[in-house]
Amino acid sequence: MGETLIKVEGLSKKYCRSLKKSMWYGMRDVGSELLGRRHGADGSLRPDEFWAVKDVNFELKRGECLGLIGQNGAGKTTLLRMLNGLIKPDQGRIEMRGKVGALIALGAGFNPILTGRENIYVNAAVLGMSKQLVDRKIDEIIDFAEIRDFINSPVQTYSSGMSVRLGFAIAAILIEPDILFLDEVLAVGDIGFAIKCLNTVRGMTNKSAVIFVSHNMQQISGFCSRVIMMAHGMVSIDSSNTSEGIDRYYDLVKHAEQISGTGEAEVLSLTLTSHGKIIETEDSAIDTSAELTVLLGLRIHDSITGANLVIVIRNDAEMPIRTFPVCNSEGEDIVYSAGEYLVEIPLGPIELNSGRYAFVVAISDVSSGVILTRVQGLHQFRVVSEYNYWSPGVSPRVSRLISINDNT
Amino acid sequence: MSELRITIYTPDSLLANPVSMGREMLRDLAASMQLAWRLTVRDLSAQYRQTFLGFFWAIILPLANTLVWIFLSRSGVVNLSDTALPYPVYVFTGTMLWAILMDALNAPLKIVTASKNMLAKINFPRESLVVAGICQTIVNALIKVALLLVALLAMGIYPDWSVLLFPIGLISLILVGTVIGLALTPVGLLYTDVGKAIPLLMQFLMYLTPVVFAMPKSGISATLFQLNPMTPLILTARDWLTGYTPEFLGYFVLVNVVAIILLFLFWIVFRLAMPILIERMGS
Repeated sequence: MGETLIKVEGLSKKYCRSLKKSMWYGMRDVGSELLGRRHGADGSLRPDEFWAVKDVNFELKRGECLGLIGQNGAGKTTLLRMLNGLIKPDQGRIEMRGKVGALIALGAGFNPILTGRENIYVNAAVLGMSKQLVDRKIDEIIDFAEIRDFINSPVQTYSSGMSVRLGFAIAAILIEPDILFLDEVLAVGDIGFAIKCLNTVRGMTNKSAVIFVSHNMQQISGFCSRVIMMAHGMVSIDSSNTSEGIDRYYDLVKHAEQISGTGEAEVLSLTLTSHGKIIETEDSAIDTSAELTVLLGLRIHDSITGANLVIVIRNDAEMPIRTFPVCNSEGEDIVYSAGEYLVEIPLGPIELNSGRYAFVVAISDVSSGVILTRVQGLHQFRVVSEYNYWSPGVSPRVSRLISINDNT
Repeated sequence: MSELRITIYTPDSLLANPVSMGREMLRDLAASMQLAWRLTVRDLSAQYRQTFLGFFWAIILPLANTLVWIFLSRSGVVNLSDTALPYPVYVFTGTMLWAILMDALNAPLKIVTASKNMLAKINFPRESLVVAGICQTIVNALIKVALLLVALLAMGIYPDWSVLLFPIGLISLILVGTVIGLALTPVGLLYTDVGKAIPLLMQFLMYLTPVVFAMPKSGISATLFQLNPMTPLILTARDWLTGYTPEFLGYFVLVNVVAIILLFLFWIVFRLAMPILIERMGS
């Protein structure tokens, strides 16, 4: 245990923005490869090229699980494809020890006409497994995928969940890698199956060096002992403190501000305070137990007789996490007539998971329901909790012991 | 604990180290066999499971072609010189053999293109695709030959002992087709022009080969027919099948020797080109 399995030195890769040029460069690269010349020439960029991966260095030992994070286009998948030997580096060197396995492209090579059973053999052969091994393990695969009733039906009759489950089961049961690559594969099937996948992968990660690409920070923090964040093809953070890496990732996430609606109402200002202190977007992360208050300035135009106000908090996946209807002490929605207002809305303890959030404010006409204005991506803020939980809302509660029986 | 296998990727051309490249080529070819067979079974059973006429599709095209040419010659629309064999037998064997050559020629580009998605995401020996293409061609060719033999007997042509040499002719057709197909694959993967141009050029080449026409006796066309490397392949295979003595045996051997050498060269080209092409294909 503990020996270095992956060594990456000065690894770089160029990509081309223009399709026509890319095809032409490809032909020229094949030509120079055939002449025995070095790929990537002297390391300069040709017209329309850019560095998809630039000067990446790291080492990974057995037992380590590296979370590779970064926004779309940061170079994560390109790096993984080079490590997997699918494409050739332009600069640098990769050295790997042991068997390489990947949980990527589940169910590759499935033919929809053939039955599930036949496809298990095809897929296993693509992964380099012998027929004898599959013969021994086929029942285990079928049971894992939970598709015994359908195993002799053509795969085209499967639901998308079923074929992904089968794909995952084949790969997860057959491969026994020293080095494992995972690319966004754990969100497979329904929640019961997803948990089974997570447990299986966790079992594999103990025995191998793992690189795990995901946009799901809960999974990253749950699995990884180390995080590399990539930005513009370069390593911007390499840290064994996963929550630090994740926090920096959220720092990069930007909610785009967007205004829609008829324009007969406006949001003039939004100020966020905690215990009387103003919190700016650039400020450091808010603690998950902090109590927040919103000060909202709004204007309703003369044409409107009555309007309602709703505030929503959304996460970085643009999913609404919490809705705050603005109401009076009787619990009825407050109706605003034409005019300018400054409203204070106490949100209470935010109880949110680590992440980056933003407000959505919507003002709609009471009688017709027409949306007068809806502003999203307002006043972004970051929350940090000590641990990354599985749900966007986190409400720690103190338990009370009723009885205890320690004989069992 | 057993010694772990070391994998190294660098920008250096694989040609820079020919010994290790050769070793890897052999290792991958060996590793390809089981996968190639799986892919063959997959594609063939899927292909025939989805049709009503099934195996007949292997001969319907050449059969239709034969009927057209028999009609054209009988009705006098085209004037054909006499053939030693009865004309229907001549055309039918010719188009069948030509169809086998075309199958072999189209197979590499077809199967590699169809597997783009797999190539872009999974590392497996790329040779297996080419081998699977050859296996499929062979299976389809055997079906064609079986029907061809039945048809010959029905038309009153009884092959003699030389039919035992016919498998060599068959292998040569598949060999030459594969070599040409493999040569076109790297470029054809990036530029779809290649896939579109193949049927056009091969149609033209067919008319310069004694498939539906007899060998011209004189003139420029006679020279073209004789230079055409496909001519000895078709003629020799047909002669062995129908019990005639092949005329172009020397050229036949030469074409095969050259094809074997080219097969190795284009295999190397294919191997070196694949990672570069996969990068350009996207995923």
